This record gives sequence, C-alpha cells and structure tokens, in this order.
Amino acid sequence: MTIEQLPAAARIATETALKEAGRRWLGKSINRVEDPRFLRGEGRYIDDISLPGMAHAAIVRSKHAHARIVSIDTSKAEALPGVVRVVTGADVTAHAAPLPSFGAGPIIQDLIAIEKVRHFGEAVAAVIAEDRYIAEDACDLIEVEYEPLPAVIDPFDAQAEDAPLVHEKLGTNVAYERTFTFGEVDKAFAEAPRKVQAKLRWPRSTGMPMDTNGAIGEYDPGTGVVTIHANSMNFTYFHWLIAASLKIPATKLKVVPVAAGGSFGSKFFMHKVPTFAGFLAMLAGRPVKYVEDRVTHIVNNDHAGSDRWYDAELAFDDDGTFRALRIDCVDDYGAYLQFGTGTHGNGLSQIVGPYRIQDVQYSLHAVLTNKNQQGAYRGFGAECSNWMLERLVDMAARDLGMDRVEIRRRNLIAADQFPYRTPTGNIYDSGNYQGVLEKILELGEYEHWVAERDKARAEGRHVGIGVVASNERSVFSSTEFWFWFDQPEFKPTSSPESASLQIDPTGQIVVTLHSQCLWGNSPETVVSQVVAEEFDVDPAGIVVTYADSQHALPGTGPGGSRFTVMVSGAVAGAAAEVKEKLRAIASHKLEVSADDLEFVDGGVSVIGSPERKLSLAEIALAAYMFRLDLPVDVDSGLAAQSTYDHPLTTNPSDDRSDLGIFYPFVGHAWHIGVVEVDVETGKLSFLHYAAVHDAGTVVNPKTLNGQIIGGTIQGLGTALYEEYNYDAEGRVRNQNFEYYHLPSSMDVPTMTIAHQETPSPYTPYGIKGAGEGGRMLTPAVLSAAIEDALEPYGVRITSLPISAEQIVAWAASNWSG
Amino acid sequence: MTATLPLRIQVNGRSYEHEVEPRKTLADFLRDDLGLKGIHLSCEHGFCGNCNVLLDGEAVRSCLMFAIQAGGRSVETVESLAGPGGELNDLQQAFTEHHALQCGFCTPAMLLTAQEFLRENPGETDDTAIREAISGVICRCTGYQQIVEAIQSVAAHS
Repeated sequence: MTIEQLPAAARIATETALKEAGRRWLGKSINRVEDPRFLRGEGRYIDDISLPGMAHAAIVRSKHAHARIVSIDTSKAEALPGVVRVVTGADVTAHAAPLPSFGAGPIIQDLIAIEKVRHFGEAVAAVIAEDRYIAEDACDLIEVEYEPLPAVIDPFDAQAEDAPLVHEKLGTNVAYERTFTFGEVDKAFAEAPRKVQAKLRWPRSTGMPMDTNGAIGEYDPGTGVVTIHANSMNFTYFHWLIAASLKIPATKLKVVPVAAGGSFGSKFFMHKVPTFAGFLAMLAGRPVKYVEDRVTHIVNNDHAGSDRWYDAELAFDDDGTFRALRIDCVDDYGAYLQFGTGTHGNGLSQIVGPYRIQDVQYSLHAVLTNKNQQGAYRGFGAECSNWMLERLVDMAARDLGMDRVEIRRRNLIAADQFPYRTPTGNIYDSGNYQGVLEKILELGEYEHWVAERDKARAEGRHVGIGVVASNERSVFSSTEFWFWFDQPEFKPTSSPESASLQIDPTGQIVVTLHSQCLWGNSPETVVSQVVAEEFDVDPAGIVVTYADSQHALPGTGPGGSRFTVMVSGAVAGAAAEVKEKLRAIASHKLEVSADDLEFVDGGVSVIGSPERKLSLAEIALAAYMFRLDLPVDVDSGLAAQSTYDHPLTTNPSDDRSDLGIFYPFVGHAWHIGVVEVDVETGKLSFLHYAAVHDAGTVVNPKTLNGQIIGGTIQGLGTALYEEYNYDAEGRVRNQNFEYYHLPSSMDVPTMTIAHQETPSPYTPYGIKGAGEGGRMLTPAVLSAAIEDALEPYGVRITSLPISAEQIVAWAASNWSG
Repeated sequence: MTATLPLRIQVNGRSYEHEVEPRKTLADFLRDDLGLKGIHLSCEHGFCGNCNVLLDGEAVRSCLMFAIQAGGRSVETVESLAGPGGELNDLQQAFTEHHALQCGFCTPAMLLTAQEFLRENPGETDDTAIREAISGVICRCTGYQQIVEAIQSVAAHS
C-alpha cells in the first residue's frame, strides 16, 4: 500500500508533518503550565464551586438489582426542615425525555427509574435540600416499596429463552450479535498444523477517578436558559443530546466545562450527572449541585469497564508463523447499552496486534444483565483484546517450546510494510517494531533476567519474567460505533477538535479550547508548546481558556488517545492564519517581502538581519489601534479559529468485509516485568520493570512518561486487584475502597522507560496518541510473569484479577487446572 | 436544625471562633466554613487519604473527624505551603519539576503527607521509607514513581 492510495486529506496533512529540523519547543520536558494552581489547592473542581442560592442533591439508590417499584412515600422526607423538593420517576415522566443511547434498541434509560429498577444502585428518587447533610437525611426518610423480580446476573444464564428480561420491550437479553469474518479463516484453521485455544475472563472494573462525577445546574426562568457546570469530557460533542433529554432547545442549554480530578474514561460523554443537575435546577428554580459520593460512583457511574468472556484460538505453523485468529466474545453490558458495541469496534482496529495475521473472525454477543451499565475505560476495549491476544501468543510459544520473544519477533510487521493494512481494513500508519524490540531487550536486561530466573528457580524461589508487545491505536474517527449495523440509524464520521487563537493588543497570546479536556492530562501544556513552537514565544506566558457550549466550535474532547494529535492540528491551523496576518503587517511596516520574515524570540524579523525586527506587541498594537498603518487589504484584529478534522479516515464497505480506516495512528510498545512471588502469602515483589514506547514525535517527554507510568499502574490494578464483586442477587459487595482496592505506593514497581520516535506521516508534527498504552500492556505482562514464576506448579493464567489468595491456592493445591 | 457548639481552632496560623453543628466533619468545616477548597473529598470513608490535613503536625483524615474534635488544636492545609504571592515552596516546586501530579486532586494531601515525612525524617531518601510514608494517600494518575522522586529530591537537598 502506498501513500498515494490514501485519501487526499492524508496527503495534505503530510505536508505539515515531519518538520523536525530546528524545533525549539516541541520535544522539551517543560514543567506543566497547569501545575501551579493544583499545587496551591486552587484547582477549582466541581465541588469547589458554589453559586448564590445553591441547593444540594442526593439520590436514593435501589437496594435491588431487579424490582418493580410499587410505591414511593416521600411525605416524611418532604416534612424535614431544609428539604426543597423530592423528585421521583413521576417527575421524570412528566418533564424529561430518556437519556441518549448509541446502542441497539429499544433500551430506554431514564434519569430516575420509572416503574422498575434494573440494577443495584439505580436512582429511584432524589432530594434537593439546603445542604448535603439534610439531603442525605431526607433520602433515608423516603420509603420505597419494591416487588422484587428475579435478577439475571450471569450473562450466559441471561441468554436462556426463559431468562427474566431486563428490558421487556426488547424481548431478549441479547442486545446484539454479529460475526465479522476477514479473510479465509476456516481454511487457515484447517490447514495450519497447530492451534491453541483458551477461554479467557476479563472482569469488570472501572477508571475510578479520585474526583467523582458532578455538576451544578442553574435555570434562568427569564431567558429559559439552563446552565450546567460539569466535569464531563466531551460536552460540545453531545450537548444537544442533553438538551433533548431536558426537553429544551439546544440553544437554551449552556454547558460550562469544569476541570476534572481524573476520568480515565469515566467522564467520557458523562451524560447522566449533568442532565440530572440541569433537571433538578429546572424543578427547583434555583441552582442545584449534584456530586456523586463514592458509593454512588461505584454502583451508578456511567462508565464501568468491559466485562468479557472470550473463547479464542490462534492457528500457527510449526515454525511459529501465525496464520489466523478466531474470537468469540460474550460481553456482559449490564442494564443499559449507552455506547453500544463501540468498545468491540475499537478492539477491531488492532485485533491482530503488531503481528502479520491475515485471517480473523470476531463474534460478539452483547448481553444485558441486571448490573450497572458499561461505558469507557482507558483502552476502550482494545486493552482487553490485547491481553487476550498476548495470552494466546504465550500459549503458542509454550506449545512450540519456543522463546516468547522469538515467536513474537518472527511475526512482527516489518518496518518496510507501512502503511500496513490490517485484515479488518484499519491501517497502521507507521512503525519500526523491530527497533522497539531491540531497545526493550536491552533496557529490560532480558538475557540477564532469564539467567537470574533460572538460578532462583534452582534455589526454590519463584521468579518469573513477562515480556509482551502491544500496539496503541490512537485518534478515533467514529465509525467503530456503527459499522456493526447494516443500516445504522446514525453514522457519524467526524470527531473534530477546534481552537481559537488570539493575540491581544499587548502581544499576549490567548488560546481558547472547545472541549473540557482537563482531567489530569496536559492540554494547556501541549497547546502552549505548539504555540511556542509556531511563534517562538515563552510557553509560560500563553493563556489557555475553555469555551462554554454556547460559544464552542466543534470539539470532541479527550478519549481514544486523540487529544494531543487533534488539538495540535487545531492550534497549528489557527496559528498559521494569525502568522500570515502578522507577516503581512510586518512586511508592510518593515518594507520587505513577507517571504523574508521569520518568527524569532517573540517577534518577526528579517531573515539574515535580526536587528530589523518587530515584536508581537508592536504588531498587535497596530493591528488593533492603527488601521491606517496596516496594508489596505488587512482588517483590524489578530484572531483566528480553526477546526481540525480527523486527517485519515474512510467509510466501511457496504458488506463490512472492510471496516475502513478508523484508528490509523498506531504506536507500539514492549514491556518486560520481572516478579518474585511468595507462594506462602501471594505477595509479589518487582525485581525489574522496563517499558519502551513509540508514540511518534514526543511533545513532552516528562508528561509522556507520566501517562505511561500512570497507565501501566492502572493496568496493574486491573491485573491484580480490581473487580466489581456482584453477589448472586446482583448487589455490589465492594462498594468502597476498603473492598475495592486501588494500587497504593507500596504495590507498584519503579519503571525504567525509553522511547523510540517513529513520526506519523499523517498527523501534525508526526505526533501519535499515547494515553492508554500503559494499560494495554500490564495485564498481559503480569499474567505472563506470574505464570512463569509459578511454572513449577504448571499454573495457566486465564482470568483476572490474579489475587494473592488465588496464588496461594494454586501453590497449595499444586495446580489442578 | 441541629444545635451548634462553639469551636476554637487554629488554621494555617490564624485563630478562628465558629459555631458548628456537632456532626459537621472537619473537612466540611474547613471547605465550607473557611473556604479552604484545597481539601478534597474522594472516598469519605478514611481509605484514600485525599482529605489529609496536618493536625498538630500529624497527617489525619479530615473526613473521619468532626470539626469539634479539632477544638483547641492547630491545622495546616495545602493553602499554607506557598508564599504570600503564591510562590511555590521547595516541595511544590519539586512536584512540578518531577511531574508528580496529573489531575491534582490528591496533590494537596500528598504534599502535606510528604511535608510531615520530611520534617520527621530530614535527609531520608530511601525509596521504601518514602513509599510507606505516602501509602495512605491514593493517587490514581501517576503510579507514584514521580511523587517518590520529587520527595527524594527535596530530602537530598535538605
């Protein structure tokens, strides 16, 4: 495949890429410009904001997983002094429309349960009160009479013909099923001399940010405008859907972005909480704050992670060459289907990993049960499928008696095969996987640790090595949400990002962003570095602001490791326009050709004559105040706005034998982890942990390392600790941090990190996304390392999390499979 | 409404006299009555440590204490760390140099907990000692490594 075969947009983008020479600010480990306010405790998160006359809300959560609501007695709550209003499903029926859903229907989700509850923790009522203490007291006074219904908790039981239905109108609990076949899978399996097969279990966990989801609603009866301050990520992408739920025109809704104390997916199109706050404010006629408490966040947030049961097999030759992959996956979606099957579409963008596998079959069974709904969690499904694939690869190596590095090396896509079209149709834009492999073997001291492991094993110690690879797709278009359907109702192909750039009369640069993109990543630092690169100004002086939805241009926000690439494109576009105007004015005033000017040290100067220079402030003042000094064809002002579209995406084919290009900027990484396991206690000690990532052009090495380490440790939580514990009645047993363990500083390794930079030919500056890569590797590397350490017991790891109790039990029972 | 009780408390070097409901937590008093929004509530259950403040120099969970229990005692919050013009102190500066924060939500508690460690263990740079000291504060973003490095760098220069 050559670049010429790609769409025109890609060729245009190529022209802006690869300007490596003379780079001044991109690639520097500058301190984050966001940091000082957070270090002083002035981060202004949602719960830090108070509005005059603001009331506070709390919700009554269902105690049942599945029950008919017979009656609700709110009289005692309403009689409590300080209670403003009690709200139930009857108010929702009267005044609101259902919440948006992107899945197959009809699966209706309401702000507060109407008629029946479908999962433990679902809201059945809300109280608005003068303070949060009173609101929670009043919740305890609300008497709900339930008629319990049989709950479906197991996704296999849920598929039985006589299973109780989560949604009667759907007529089944199987919300969606489809098999995609790419290539000649049956033939490949018939011909291949070897195959491995495994049933693999990926449990439900969640992003679990330290700051829960929250919003403050305001209602202005005079104008009819509802204002919602919210820490939801992509409010400009979908705010019109929130307006629809509130039954108001989108023009009467203003969503104001608020910094989030973490998301990891859990605030990605967070619709329930903002809609709720707006709805309560409309009913109360005054501002209402609704911030989830931790229990509510755990049992009722919008975004639990994937909950999968894989039956997967890999066919390969005697020399270790991979031939075909066949996957059957049951995913337990819980009671609603907000994002439909998008997390499986996401995985299909890199289902073959970094390997030359030609034939792939993927079957999905999306099943509804009486649990909280799924949404987004760092990796958006690709982290699960990567673990599945790497488990199969380790099994194949074992089957052949081949080294686990060697079998991977033999199957890696070669550097001269890019851009590489994968069987599903998605392309990998660029890469040098062999280069990353060589680096990780050195950084991970692979040979050394193999010898150490063998020595330890001879001494009766349990040391194990995990070595795994992963691709990291970045920058979604949007087709992964709908290519599942032959006749989709809604076919978005655009997920743009915008930026406005203005130079004020004093020469200071202000950039306005159009999504709520601040949740622990570094949008203001990225933007400042791009602006500094374009204008050669000090990034510390650049001001970054955020538009509200009434002023916002198209924006999608962070997600799918897209933001750095997309916002850089938007900022570069706006900068180019402003620079052209600066050049025109400077050319006029300095009486030189615009082509002879360059941007140096906060001004515009004549190339070769640096003393002939105008500062940005001098040009800006003229641009604002001295129209008669400007060229005749130049208007006053110095501002531009730019909307950057996905630079390389195509539609799927009608027959879906080709899903199109939908996630093409693909990084690559390897991790090596060395652990020692204490089989008496199950305790893990990390002897070494190394990671090499290739995320294209690095904008800021320090913050990129932060994303890699943070993602890796979040993946460690997935691998070792985290799982929603639903009992047989569908109640969540681990509703707080005592029982839902998050990794602490004592649980994690110190990592050694290196980078390779293979710039993308299609993105601004060659950047690729890198926010999710860490979590795509740790589950696989720890599975492999612990399995290797427990080799004397013949342990095979096929499910997560790998608990200490499980390790002790395996060793004690001498593993019986 | 519940009756209130008088509270005398010193916060960041300043004395306050307030009437508070006996059931009001120290965290809510500091946040809502004194406006110190640097205290962050995450689990409200005593596990995450994101609400840590220093009470007579010792890190405590402000979500697990009633405000009146802190009567007559001295509280330090993150707002006490920077200089009068907002200049970052050495520990705050080390946090930004080492990229020891991402979303910033746990950061105030992490800084105060580290401050207590550095006061009590001057010059201590041992990785395990620092990890133990901050193990009661959960950070979901950083994976802790850069936090440990930031604290080590301050300890090494003390």
